[in-house]
Parts: sequence; structure tokens; C-alpha cells
Amino acid sequence: MKQLHELTIKEVLDGYQNHDFTCVDLVKHFLNRIEKYNPKLNIYLALNKKVIEEATEIDKEIIEKGIIRPLLGIPFAIKDNFLTLGIKTTAGSNILKGYRPQYESTVTKKLLDAGAIFLGKTNMDSFAHGSSTETSAFGPTLNPWNPEKLPGGSSGGSAAAISAQLATVALGSETAGSIRQPSAWCGVTGLKPTYGRVSRYGCIAMASSTDSPGPIGRSVEDCAIVLEVISGKDNKDATTSPAPNEKYSDNLEASDLRGVRIGLVKEYLLLNMRDDVKNLILNAANKLRLLGATVDEISLMDPKYAIGVYTVIQRSEVSSNLARFDGIRFGKDRDVLCEETKRRIMLGTYTLSAGYYDAYYKKAQAVRTKIIEQFTTIFKTYDAVIGAVSPGPALPVGATKNKAMFGEMEDILLEQSSVAGLTSAGVPCGFVDGLPIGLQITCDQLQESKVFKIADCYQRHTQFQLFPDLDKTL
Amino acid sequence: MHQVQVTPDEVKKIAKLANLKLQDNEVNLFADQFTETIEVVNHLNEIDTDKIKATYQVNSLSNVTRADEVDQARILPQKTALREAKKTHHGFFVVERLIDSDAEELI
Repeated sequence: MKQLHELTIKEVLDGYQNHDFTCVDLVKHFLNRIEKYNPKLNIYLALNKKVIEEATEIDKEIIEKGIIRPLLGIPFAIKDNFLTLGIKTTAGSNILKGYRPQYESTVTKKLLDAGAIFLGKTNMDSFAHGSSTETSAFGPTLNPWNPEKLPGGSSGGSAAAISAQLATVALGSETAGSIRQPSAWCGVTGLKPTYGRVSRYGCIAMASSTDSPGPIGRSVEDCAIVLEVISGKDNKDATTSPAPNEKYSDNLEASDLRGVRIGLVKEYLLLNMRDDVKNLILNAANKLRLLGATVDEISLMDPKYAIGVYTVIQRSEVSSNLARFDGIRFGKDRDVLCEETKRRIMLGTYTLSAGYYDAYYKKAQAVRTKIIEQFTTIFKTYDAVIGAVSPGPALPVGATKNKAMFGEMEDILLEQSSVAGLTSAGVPCGFVDGLPIGLQITCDQLQESKVFKIADCYQRHTQFQLFPDLDKTL
Repeated sequence: MHQVQVTPDEVKKIAKLANLKLQDNEVNLFADQFTETIEVVNHLNEIDTDKIKATYQVNSLSNVTRADEVDQARILPQKTALREAKKTHHGFFVVERLIDSDAEELI
């Protein structure tokens, strides 16, 4: 029989329905695990002090009304850049140390309305500026598969929470890679929604033109169940899409992928990529063929150009967004911003400044148009494109030292889809050196149903949804 | 394109524009790192974008508006809004004096 921390969302709801366990049992079970493993892994920055009280209320609701709400009593780990009324929010930064949000983010409000219960807030790169959690003001999170390695980032705490089984499911956010890359390094499943599919209201801004909140979970199915709750038009975020909400979880458990056309991006099999990583991606392509999909090799612009595009857009938007941290209305003085934050703000200030705007910002946005046009052409023929999430497995703690563009280089295979606002899943596709490797499955805007169908079918026909035995790895 | 060298003086100017105070060692460090980053960015000049329009917004929405009416649900109570402020006075935020101050002239 499975232990409580090994259950998917559906299995938890079934357990409540059959009165196998209560929400208080489940929450206490996770709190015990957090007490045991969090000091070593540094996944949670803050815990929800009222969680037992809230679980007791949920148990009452289960008895009195049954399970009407879709996420009733599901324990969540929430990335610390979502404003939560009940739990302090820092975005991994010193400037917001001890900050008590004055309102609830749209996404966390939707989760709470659906009955979710928050265990706590997870570590992240300071202001999501990074792909390692090493820029966090509160120290890095360690990878549950091997504590000498990083979990990736910026949603490293949320991905590690799922890998270490310290929550049923987690909330992350991605600007370019921050859901998919830590999911890959920790061996879990993440879904980056289309830009505008999920509201950014109350999610501390990084680059507003690409920021996309999304789920990280044990399975594609869990991500689909969460996304159908958090997506949709929000009158507090003018960039949210008016497209109708979809019930993504209805579109799962396809028996095969006949009729699905997939492009394997040649340029994503980088020249300097390890052969064993390349082989896992080629194996995944073959698996998709065996499931009935056609997989052709296709060509996209060299991903090195996306580094330049993303760096300029992101730094420029960071420079503008972080101007609000002036220490007047909330937060501490600007002096306590960390080196990485200052570096990003300043490069963005430079690329937006008089005389440089056309050469850098406008140029980057024009190349962005070219990237979008390429995808538009490819999606006329193909349902999805695939490739590795990250060029290799998790890197050692300390790997970011003296690397001013660590994140941009590590996320080289994810930046094109991010600046184009596409939707994409990261799913485990094998292991090298005992560390997980992730496969990205990327579709056109608002084609989340397609991503879920392909990723779910692949996941149900492979055995890479594995979780480390922490008593052995730590 | 020739290599762009970001100088320590430019770094100091950018820091002022961005309202940031730098440590002495950060000035030279950032000058080197910005030079390196701009070099990567300048690869973009290999791509011809002469007739290409810039994309600032990727999901094709424009001019999203709402009725110009007060919506109480979107308003924070004054007490809540002021709660995290460093200094308040009779229900207002207190800010540093900008005009006629001793601070250096703004850029």
C-alpha cells in the first residue's frame, strides 16, 4: 500500500471519500516529513501556522458536504513569489524579509477557493533571478536525489518539494525555464502555461511579458487538474487571455498518439551535449513513435540567439519592475538587494537608456518576432516540438559562482518557447549519473490540451516517475 | 560590430539611474560582466531585422479596458495599504524630500 506522501491528487480525494484517512492525518504526515528533511534540504522558507486548524475545517466539510470542491484538502507547496495573506512572502529576497502581503494573489486565491491547503512557501532564486536557487537570500535548496547538487530554479524549492515528497503538488512560475528546468533536475513534472493563460496578479513580477505561473507535480495528470483551477481571464491582469477555460484532465489517458505529428528540434541536440543525454531524448522520440506519433527532425533558429533576446527583454523588464522596491511603501531599503538583483536591474537600465534602446531592446524584440514566426510556420505542420529541457543533469552546489549569465546559458533550450509565449511540459525521460533528465514537449499558444495528451500518454507508457529514498540520499 | 566596452564610469552612471548604491568592488566587477553580457547580446546583429516589427506583447491583446467605475473589491483599506510602510503621517506615506534637498542634482 502507498504511503500518504506518495499519493496523487485523485488518490488523496479517493482516500477522503473512502474515509481511509483525514486531511489532518495527511497534513500531519507531511509536517513530520518536513520536520525531518527540511533542515537538510532547505525547501520551505515559511510554514503555514494555521494549517492544522484549516485541515480540521476541511475534515468537517468532507463529512458535512462531501467532496464538492476540486482540490479539497490537497496539500500544496507554494513558491514564495506568490502573495499570500496568511503566510509571509519574501520572493527569496532580503528586501522583503518579514513582509506580510496586503492581498492574495489571484492564483493562490483560486487554489484556496478550490479547497487547497497550503503547507508553506518554498525557496527560490531571489526575485526568481536565476536557475539554481543559489541567489536566494536564504541559501540554496539542495537536490533530493543528491544533496551535493542544485535543484535548478528559479522554482527550485517547489520542484524539490515534489521530488522529496514534502507536498502532494506545488505551484511554481516560469519566465524562461523556471518551472521546466527545476522539474527536470529534480525528476518531476512541470507545466509552463501559455503566456496569459494564468493570471500574474499578486505574483511578484520578474519579466511581465513572459511571466507564467504554473503547476509542478508528481504526474501530468496532477498538473492538468491544478491548471484547470488556476487558469482563466482575470480582470486584475489585463494580459490574461479571454479564451474559455478548459477541463484539461478530461483529455488524458489516450491509449496511443496516432495522428499526432511531432518535430524533434535538431538544434536542441546541442553540439556540446553529452551523448548519454542526447540518447535519452532520441529514446523518448522513439517511444513517441512506438505510441503512434510521427516524429520528424526539424530545424529552428540557433538557440544561442534566444539567449540574447531573452537577456535583454528580461533585464529591461526587471529594471522597470523592481523600481517599485523603494523601501517607502513596503519592504526594506534598496541597499539590501543582492548582487544578482542589482546586476539585472542595472543591465536592464543600460539597455533601456537613451542611445541604447534601439540597439538592444528594440533589436531583441524584432528577433523575438522572427522566433515567433518560425514557430507559427512549424505549428502549421506539427502539433508539438520536443527536445531536452536542460543540456545536462543537475549541476553541483556552487556552480553559479562568477557566472553572470548562468541561468541564461542553462535555459538555452527553453528561451525560444518562453519569449514566444508558448505552452510546454517538462517530463522525466531517464537518468544519467543517478540524476534525472527532462523532456520538453512544447505546443502553440493555448494548446495545453495537446501538451497534456502527449505528455500524459508518454508518462503512462514509461517508468521514469521515480522519487528518491531520502533516508539513503541524504 | 566592434566590441563594446562598458567602463566603470558608465557603471556608476547606470547605478545612479537605477537608484542603487554599489560597493567599490562591484563597480569593476559589473563593468567586466556587462561587457561580457553585451558581447553575447551583440550576436543578435547577425540576424537581419530590417523589415521586422518588434513584438512587445505575445498574445495579441491590445487596449484592454474596463468601465471607469470605482470597484470596492479592488481597493485596499487605507490601514492595510499603510501597514508595511516605513513612515506614515496622518494616513499618508512619508517620502524623502526631493525638491530643494541637499541631495545631488538628479540626472
